Amino acid sequence: MRVLVCVKRVPAPGAKINITADGLAVDTAYLAFTTSPHEECAVEEAVQLVERHGGESTVLTLGPAEADEQLRYAASLGVTKAVLLPTDGGDWDPQRTARALTEAILSIEAADGAFDLILFGNESADSGGFQVGVRVARALGRPVVNGIKGIDVGDGVVTAKREAEAGMEVYELPMPAVLGVKEGINLPRYPTLKGRLASKKVDVGHLEPHAEPGGQSLVTLARPAEQVSSTVILGSGPEAATAVVDLLEELGVLK
Amino acid sequence: MSEASTQTVPTSAKVVVIGAGIVGNCLVGHLSRLGWTDMVLIDKGPLPNPGGSTGHASNFIFPTDHNKEMAFLTVESQNQYIDHGLNHTCGGIEVAREPQRLEEFKRRMTSAKAWGIDARLVTPAEIKEMVPFVNEEILLGGYYTPSVSVVDSLATGTRMRDEAVTAGHLKVFANTEVHDIETEERPGMLPKVKAVVTSKGRIEAEHVVIACGVWSPRVAAMAGANIPLTPAVHQMADVGPIDVLVETNTEVAFPIIRDMDTFCYERQSAGSMEVGSYAHRPILMRPDDIPSIEASALTPTELPLTYDDFDPQLEQAIELMEMLGDAEIKYAINGLLSLTPDANPVLGETVEVRNLWSAAAVWIKEGPGIAQLVAEWMTYGYPHMCDPHGSDISRFYPHEKTEWHINARCSEHFNKTYGITHPREQWASQRGMRRSPFYAREEALGATFFDARGWERPQWYSSNEKLMAKFPDACAARTHEWDGRWWHPVINAEHLQMRASVGMVDLTAFNEFDFEGPKAMEFLQWVCVNNVDVPVGRSVYTPLLTEHGGFRGDLTIQRLDQHHFRVITGAFDGGRDSYWFTKCLERFTSEHGAGSCTFTDRSQGMCTIGVWGPNAAATMAKIVTDHTTAPYDLSQDGFPYGAVREVYIDGVPATMFRISYVGENGWEIYTRMEHGLKLWDAIWAAGQEFEIIPVGIGVYAVTGRIEKGYRLMGAELESEYTPVEAGLARPKVKSADFIGKAAYLAAREEGPAAIMCTLSMDSQRCAEGYDRFPTGGNEPILTLDGARIVDTKGRVSRVTTAGSAPSLGTYLLMAYLPPEHAVEGTKLQVMYMNECYPVTVARVGSKPLFDPDDSRMKS
Repeated sequence: MRVLVCVKRVPAPGAKINITADGLAVDTAYLAFTTSPHEECAVEEAVQLVERHGGESTVLTLGPAEADEQLRYAASLGVTKAVLLPTDGGDWDPQRTARALTEAILSIEAADGAFDLILFGNESADSGGFQVGVRVARALGRPVVNGIKGIDVGDGVVTAKREAEAGMEVYELPMPAVLGVKEGINLPRYPTLKGRLASKKVDVGHLEPHAEPGGQSLVTLARPAEQVSSTVILGSGPEAATAVVDLLEELGVLK
Repeated sequence: MSEASTQTVPTSAKVVVIGAGIVGNCLVGHLSRLGWTDMVLIDKGPLPNPGGSTGHASNFIFPTDHNKEMAFLTVESQNQYIDHGLNHTCGGIEVAREPQRLEEFKRRMTSAKAWGIDARLVTPAEIKEMVPFVNEEILLGGYYTPSVSVVDSLATGTRMRDEAVTAGHLKVFANTEVHDIETEERPGMLPKVKAVVTSKGRIEAEHVVIACGVWSPRVAAMAGANIPLTPAVHQMADVGPIDVLVETNTEVAFPIIRDMDTFCYERQSAGSMEVGSYAHRPILMRPDDIPSIEASALTPTELPLTYDDFDPQLEQAIELMEMLGDAEIKYAINGLLSLTPDANPVLGETVEVRNLWSAAAVWIKEGPGIAQLVAEWMTYGYPHMCDPHGSDISRFYPHEKTEWHINARCSEHFNKTYGITHPREQWASQRGMRRSPFYAREEALGATFFDARGWERPQWYSSNEKLMAKFPDACAARTHEWDGRWWHPVINAEHLQMRASVGMVDLTAFNEFDFEGPKAMEFLQWVCVNNVDVPVGRSVYTPLLTEHGGFRGDLTIQRLDQHHFRVITGAFDGGRDSYWFTKCLERFTSEHGAGSCTFTDRSQGMCTIGVWGPNAAATMAKIVTDHTTAPYDLSQDGFPYGAVREVYIDGVPATMFRISYVGENGWEIYTRMEHGLKLWDAIWAAGQEFEIIPVGIGVYAVTGRIEKGYRLMGAELESEYTPVEAGLARPKVKSADFIGKAAYLAAREEGPAAIMCTLSMDSQRCAEGYDRFPTGGNEPILTLDGARIVDTKGRVSRVTTAGSAPSLGTYLLMAYLPPEHAVEGTKLQVMYMNECYPVTVARVGSKPLFDPDDSRMKS
């Protein structure tokens, strides 16, 4: 089968996020870059699906030239092919991103054949718009479900599960289909040393994105006021036990 | 227990230690043991891991080091980890891929022998036996040290901190950031530290110690002080789990591997392997650019790994251990550590602010020992456990403390962390920083310049190569490349030509310190061992002592006028001597008044030429006059040995000082920088009829010196030894009091536990059939049975200086020997490159082997 997974390069900050002086970006001088945890799971799922069913997986991103790092990271985990839609590093709104991805997907499919499954992370780690996957699916005219925590591929059909309040919702989608994957669906692997070295040799394809901007634009970033946390002392010694149990029950740790 | 529950710091303390890494923690523990009771330890991070370099260290100790100070402190530290029960011995193997590394292992065997470290050379098959997952086919051999260990540096620090807290001597404040260090201005003296302003309040403090690792320069700057180090990246990745490691069910089951020729290590960490590298490009940071704790994804010193720099090492790691290829990279960092311009720590009181101490640029392997050393320094005025001159923060000259210099030198030596560094190795960066006025002449004469703390000093001259035919026996090339590296046989020709006629030596790197004032003599009497109350125009050689009676300095003093003395000291000692005089003078003037004695460093304005040899007097007689142009009386009667005179040399005002460090008649001649070239040209022209030659430091500091048995500060003379042991005790002790007098008198009473001796190599022939030439890098002196020689004070007999003695036709070594071996004619051995050579004790004490009654210098 042919699986596509779409990811986004985002900074990996500490507890405090510093913003650049112009207020338009996160200060990334000493930060690493990553993808969202959902996307890490989507990549892992793509690798596992191909391990189980054969075929090949492709990772696609729209971003600055440096996003090559995230593509190669996916490749180091076992994704077969990688495609970059290079931007000049500025912010692309969800509509514009979705248009560019759609155009690229059609172009790849025209050359190499259709993808049976296109995976997105449920949302990105930075802007968290929850939009791009849905927009791409709609533009491609393919069914889409988000929040997926289980994928089973059958004959021309994919079964996807997501958590609901009282249990699991189970969807059957005809393929080709689009799924928004949620963290927890699997435990993503780390790259091996050999995987890291092999990923350096992967030929990352470049497709120039030409999409028109959509209606959303970044005005400014601001840090929320620091939350002052207060400490409640539950007690000390054995006398504190009851209060601790109550709290753990309240938090749902104990049931 | 460690952390004070109160959120407000005390308003005052005897000492505030900033930084709760391995150094700060162990320091408060050691200070507590030495009786310090009112201490505060603060760190801006949480405990037990505040986020500095200690927190991400790989925590292993390979004890062998060629440097005596660092080897001692490492073994001492390992013993302290053992005492805490936090030292896990796993053994370690340094492996060789390249043939020259096997040579280095022989050198390591020699250093291990000197320091009493058990070690042996192993074959690739033996490596495989100990570490089955190694690909022995790419290896040529290994250097195995059974005592290599992994330590728990965080727990050790916690123990030491808790010990001080439990004793009631220490309060600890985590999550407490330093905002400022206040100093108190004092007229005529250095400012003194006054208070530390923190996020939890202000603490008045008598002493402040900066043990902040990579942040130290930033914290020092708050007080106007300079701690010359830079944060630098060391890359490390934790890969696994790996079955063969998981199955051991322990932290470290296999010996740690150092893959020396790829500058990498592989250290088991429970079920995983830590792969660390010193092979990548130097990646330096500024302390101000280190992210805050809050903004760090991990800790401030665990930055994201830049994979492109690490990839070549991954390939090499897989080549050595194939199993690593399938291991997952779980954790990978650009870890920050501290580098200094010469790769040694920066310890001691800062030279800018009184009572502000530096304890920085320290590795885990030497942390507890260095903490003790600094604690002793603060307690006794100078450490007792070992001489710290290689780590003393005052060793640096101003130009060596700039970001420019720090970055250049650190970039140069970073990749030598696992490199093979020759004892005479020269720096390539930051050269040409200090040049004498004679530089152009020297360059034209084909000088090979060595760096002497920034000064470019000719080591030898190619213009003298023609003399090699005149002295063919003394000028044989050295067969082994290592022995001949940073050396040239022309040095011996320069030596013999100087002894045959006359030579001139550029000594501009000397430091000249002037002491003036009505009590200048009194001041120097107090600082110096020997009597400085000599007639005007005379000089005195003197040691400076620690209170403990060991060498703090060694220099000559000229009395230029009744109340004007000039100290002459070497390029490598100027910083430390300047610091010491400044500190002593503050104490002196606080009792005797600001005008009683002043200290002026004249070094920047003066240049010096040494002119020596049987024709030195004839050469100088042609050009030296008094102020009336009348010829100057240079006879031994009119201008005796040790005398200092103001003269004119071809019209150049100059100071001539009849003295010699090479054992020949002649002078050190001083003038102002701007007159230097004229002076050089005048002497050069006058000497032509005597075939005068330029002579390099290869003669001045090694061959000429060793033939005369002259001692050198930092080599033979260290705080661990007394003048009695060095053979420099005068028959009488002056009546005036001086620093270290009580200890000196006791040492004279007690007699030496070791005596400085000169040994002659009876044969230099190695097993492969050619001669070897020890470099003078702590090679151990052994008994005929091959046993180490250790004196009653625990000090090992080792080579402090080695060099050719062309006039004696032998190769000489200097070493301290216990009295039972310090007997002329005694047969011993020296180990060099893991081979033993027969030696004979040729001289006990300071009487020269060449011209024993010094007649050449005085005729």
